[in-house]
Amino acid sequence: MNIIVCVKQIPDPAAPGALNSDTHTLKRDGKLVIDDADMYGVEMALQLVDAAGGGEVSLVSMAPNGETSGMRTALAMGAAKGVLVSDPALQGSDALTTAKILAAAIQRLGGADLIIAATESSDGYTGTVPEQMAEVLGLPSVTFTKKITINGTAIQASRQTEAGYDEVTCPLPAVISVTAGVVEPRYPSFKGIMAAKNKPVEQVTASDLGVLPVGWAGAGQKISSVTQAEARQAGEIIEDDGEAFNKIVGFLENLKVI
Amino acid sequence: MAIKNVWVFAQTSDGVATTATLELVTKARSLSENVSVFVSGDGAAIAAAVGDFGATKVYAANCGANLPGVAMASAMKSVIDAGESPELIMFPQSYEGRDTMARLSVKLDKTVITNNVDVEDATDGVTVTTPIFGGNTLVTSTFTGSGPHLAAFRPKSFTPEASGGAAAAVTAVVVPDLGVAGGAQVNAVHVEETTGPKLDEANVVVSGGRGLGEADKYAMVEELAKLLQAAPGASRAIVDAGWVPYSYQVGQTGKVVKPSVYIAAGISGATQHMVGMKGSKNIIAINKDKEAPIFGIADLGIVGDVHKVLPKLIEALKARN
Ligand SMILES: Cc1cc2nc3c(=O)[nH]c(=O)nc-3n(C[C@H](O)[C@H](O)[C@H](O)COP(=O)(O)OP(=O)(O)OC[C@H]3O[C@@H](n4cnc5c(N)ncnc54)[C@H](O)[C@@H]3O)c2cc1C
Ligand SMILES: Nc1ncnc2c1ncn2[C@@H]1O[C@H](COP(=O)(O)O)[C@@H](O)[C@H]1O
Repeated sequence: MNIIVCVKQIPDPAAPGALNSDTHTLKRDGKLVIDDADMYGVEMALQLVDAAGGGEVSLVSMAPNGETSGMRTALAMGAAKGVLVSDPALQGSDALTTAKILAAAIQRLGGADLIIAATESSDGYTGTVPEQMAEVLGLPSVTFTKKITINGTAIQASRQTEAGYDEVTCPLPAVISVTAGVVEPRYPSFKGIMAAKNKPVEQVTASDLGVLPVGWAGAGQKISSVTQAEARQAGEIIEDDGEAFNKIVGFLENLKVI
Repeated sequence: MAIKNVWVFAQTSDGVATTATLELVTKARSLSENVSVFVSGDGAAIAAAVGDFGATKVYAANCGANLPGVAMASAMKSVIDAGESPELIMFPQSYEGRDTMARLSVKLDKTVITNNVDVEDATDGVTVTTPIFGGNTLVTSTFTGSGPHLAAFRPKSFTPEASGGAAAAVTAVVVPDLGVAGGAQVNAVHVEETTGPKLDEANVVVSGGRGLGEADKYAMVEELAKLLQAAPGASRAIVDAGWVPYSYQVGQTGKVVKPSVYIAAGISGATQHMVGMKGSKNIIAINKDKEAPIFGIADLGIVGDVHKVLPKLIEALKARN
């Protein structure tokens, strides 16, 4: 069983987000980390390969400046190798271009039995890249997967819905997107971290993959303005002295809720 | 210049058009005289409702056991190829909406813009507005090139208003052969029942977060909700921890709520939580950390321990009944 996991590398989410003033895109020039959302996919892939009794987990990522530190985290967890697509021309790429690039990187790895992504990234949260990738690759897909087992040539998945969940079957090869909380991502061991340093990550450009046009030229949208929303004002804040519940009762009475 | 025609991707619940659908139809009719609805399943069942809100046509495709994304996108593509292309397609920001627009975007080679709260027919083209950084900043983007433009909207972005239109005409659309891409099949549907009012429609919402400490303590939230005829909600932290089902989640990847009162108990107020509840008319927050971001938007903030404040509040409300 060979599995490819999409790993997005993003600015540290603990730092407040900011926009580049000229391009209005998210600032991504500092050091990048693996998107938490993708840790679940990496963990799930490692468990599925284990359960299948053989095969390996590979990674694909698209990131600026040849950044691989987030990929190294996934390699330290146990992934074997990766392809990084990095190219100044990719700046400003929309979700569709990202999907085309990742699909081409997946093909460069020779495809896989299963491709895993997160339902949405923490910084962009377009939430369409996995399904767009499936369409580019001509594969079936199961989105919002919260549980999955593989029996031979098909997957059995629980797919989260607005009201509960669906049981879905899907033949391999396929693309799935997974939700947070599906599995508990492991911490890389010291041995894993050392081994990750020597694992191969091939770096390619968009034109190496034959995907054109990309970046601003390929995006079917332009940003016309950025404004501040009207801020909501904070009201009364009180320390509980044991009687604060009465404040809430009074507040609800005033609103005629009780 | 008005938009020539707009499609709305409709969602139904028990065969009835959802409020999110009617919100989009309402907005669509302010942009165009030709509003059509695209639905998976029984078109006739929603024809009167969507007609009343301004749609004149319903395209209905039957997905069978296929996941709707790939099937609906193929059905839409076949209508577009037959020459009935809309300029704009509005999707609800829901699972099926997102999947369908993603598949369709590749078939049409068109960009998608998701998470929008507004759309306008501006002089330089169709523009959409997307909140970022928890709704503090609004980004306005313009679609370039020709349509159909694909945009998804967060629930409650528009107010649904009936126009008194006649029932829409229904056209059946055959789902083309999906080939390999259509391999995913739904075998069983599970509904996680909740009692009381629906989370996204309730007048009062009581949500709990990680500050409750442990799963059992969520019972306090449920009890308070019951006393206030409110819907219980949750932050993602406790959904991920398995304390409550996903259908309770409020926020960016959960439900958008705009009740007249929102009570947040033991919730920090992460930006992804706030985008789902910021529109509430009144916000009450209980948190032991006075620096918690939730206090920045609360009308009444109690700096205190949920394990002390909630039981007393529950007792006081019980005493009134
Ligand atoms: C892409 C993406 C999407 C997301 N979507 C959502 C979403 O839809 N909804 C959502 O909610 N989150 C979402 N999140 C997660 C979000 O970032 C936060 O992690 C989450 O909202 C935190 O939940 P919380 O407030 O319960 O927990 P915490 O942030 O851990 O806060 C717990 C709070 O409880 C307080 N507390 C502790 N003990 C007590 C006590 N005894 N009494 C009173 N207060 C106490 C603490 O001071 C703290 O402020 C998303 C994240 C990402 C990356
Ligand atoms: N640049 C990228 N590199 C690797 N994976 C990505 C990238 N962009 C998106 N993905 C994958 O697609 C998922 C959804 O992304 P998005 O559509 O941006 O919300 C992410 O969580 C990743 O798994």
